[in-house]
Amino acid sequence: MPDSQKRLGPLFWICLGFIGLVVFGAIFANVLPLPNPDAQNYAAVNAGPSLHHLLGTDDLGRDLLSRIVFGSRVSLVVGFGGIAIGLAIGGTLGLVAGYRSGALDTVLNAGSFVILAFPPLLAIIVIVAFWGRSLPKLTLIIGIASIPSMFRVIRATTMSYANRDFVVAARALGASNRRIIFRELLPNVAPAAISFALIGVAIIVVLEGSLAFLGLSVALPTPSWGNIIYEGASNNNLQTNPFIALWPALAMFLLLTSLNLVGDRLRSYFDVREGGL
Amino acid sequence: MLGEPVLKYLITRLVQLVAVVFVISVLAFLLVHLLPGDPSVTILGPFDTAAARAEVLRQLGLDKPLPLQYLTWLGNVLHGNLGESFLTKESVSHAIAQAFPIDLELVVLSQIIAFAVAIPLAMVAARRPNKAFDRLSSTFTFGLLSVPAFILAVLLVLVFAVSIHAFPATGWTNLTSNLGQNLRSAILPSIALGAGSVAVYFRLLRSDLISTLQEDYITMARAKGLPTRYILFRHALRPSSFSLLASAGINIGSLLTGAFVVEYLFQLPGIGYQIVESISSRDYLMVQGMALVVAVAFVVVNFAVDFLLVLLDPRIRRA
Repeated sequence: MPDSQKRLGPLFWICLGFIGLVVFGAIFANVLPLPNPDAQNYAAVNAGPSLHHLLGTDDLGRDLLSRIVFGSRVSLVVGFGGIAIGLAIGGTLGLVAGYRSGALDTVLNAGSFVILAFPPLLAIIVIVAFWGRSLPKLTLIIGIASIPSMFRVIRATTMSYANRDFVVAARALGASNRRIIFRELLPNVAPAAISFALIGVAIIVVLEGSLAFLGLSVALPTPSWGNIIYEGASNNNLQTNPFIALWPALAMFLLLTSLNLVGDRLRSYFDVREGGL
Repeated sequence: MLGEPVLKYLITRLVQLVAVVFVISVLAFLLVHLLPGDPSVTILGPFDTAAARAEVLRQLGLDKPLPLQYLTWLGNVLHGNLGESFLTKESVSHAIAQAFPIDLELVVLSQIIAFAVAIPLAMVAARRPNKAFDRLSSTFTFGLLSVPAFILAVLLVLVFAVSIHAFPATGWTNLTSNLGQNLRSAILPSIALGAGSVAVYFRLLRSDLISTLQEDYITMARAKGLPTRYILFRHALRPSSFSLLASAGINIGSLLTGAFVVEYLFQLPGIGYQIVESISSRDYLMVQGMALVVAVAFVVVNFAVDFLLVLLDPRIRRA
């Protein structure tokens, strides 16, 4: 159990709040009083912040705040969706392989080693470029790419619990393997899985941005955070209106910091070794 | 001298390496061939006849079964022939020889910058843990972890190229043609690429140094009256630098692909830039060849680092 002396601290809750805010914005973007993110207004090109456009407009007169809020949908769907796929498949395999060990574990472990030896960004670039870059495809590709690392983390964590007394006791009492995995091991592995997943989401959000800069994120003009920053950095926009790139960059920085900090604090909160014994 | 356990370890790892490289060659091949897209369309344009297209595919050997295509390609690769571009007829090895030095220079420069910043910062921070300087630099590097290379690149261009015109925003001058110009065109991309490493290296070295400084032999050195600076450099730095070196080694592999985005952003004709360009023109052999070279470099570097650590650290060697 977490020690009473350990605290998550106010910064943790601020960061969790910011993640919640971004998720809220992404879900309710249609209902919020925001202008159409694709509506061009040539009367208000590169406008500064005003009551009408809280963060100003871009070089086509589109409302930046609205584009950032709608754009967060892509980053969040790819990030959380991709990690959900990786966790569902890689995590389950990791639980089973870490508990059962034996031949299955050997095969899966060697397989994950070989796949991880191939540079992931390279594989993702090639597959996305040839296969397509719609939002579902991007999520699926990145999700599958995250399976091996999810597998390794969950497997290692499971192994550290697999021979503990409470598992041996459960087995002695005649509990089935399924029951041991889901009732004894899963609750102990879950905290590590969650904190690693949050950091994984941060990695994928960066990946989406990188793909956008290679022209391989969702097709323009659909806003994604990567796409908006990329547009803000091209066509001389940095000279005329740097805020097109700076506002979404700030949003991304805050989200990444929040994800990293929440993941990091959760990990040390649940880590027994760091406990104040 | 290499003892028997080290030799045994080396041989096991070498066998693994060969197996992994083989699998990688299959992956690089399949990656390109199993995906939709027809190179004959790129070569002939979308409006030519089906017969002409079949003829082009035949000439390129793309009408044969996949395993046969793979074996032909692998045979050529083993003879040092990576093929040539469908479009420009440039040989793939020539294109790689032109592009790879750029990636190499970016990675090396970025690591020099990262070490030059992270090591002094960590040494000063570890001297007085949890005091003002330590907290400040720890917070700074934690923030740095959340700044992706492309955002840092945009900021650097904004400040140093757009506002004060100190460095060019895009373009590349070869190392051999003009060293000064070369460094000017490499410095912003290298900083963008290396910033993430600064954060990782600082955090590793700082925590290792703090635990080393609590060892008895450090107390002994203090009792002898040696100056703190001397203890830090001569007694503490070396035993604390192993996880730093290990992570730097593992890092170099991912920096190779990390450089892709930076190259594209600064329009540097490195491997990453060339791969993305070749993908959009469905230039199979170019993509395959470059993917193979990058992936093999990735694996070989990781292997070499792993082995170097065994040689360097007597504690691993004896285990």
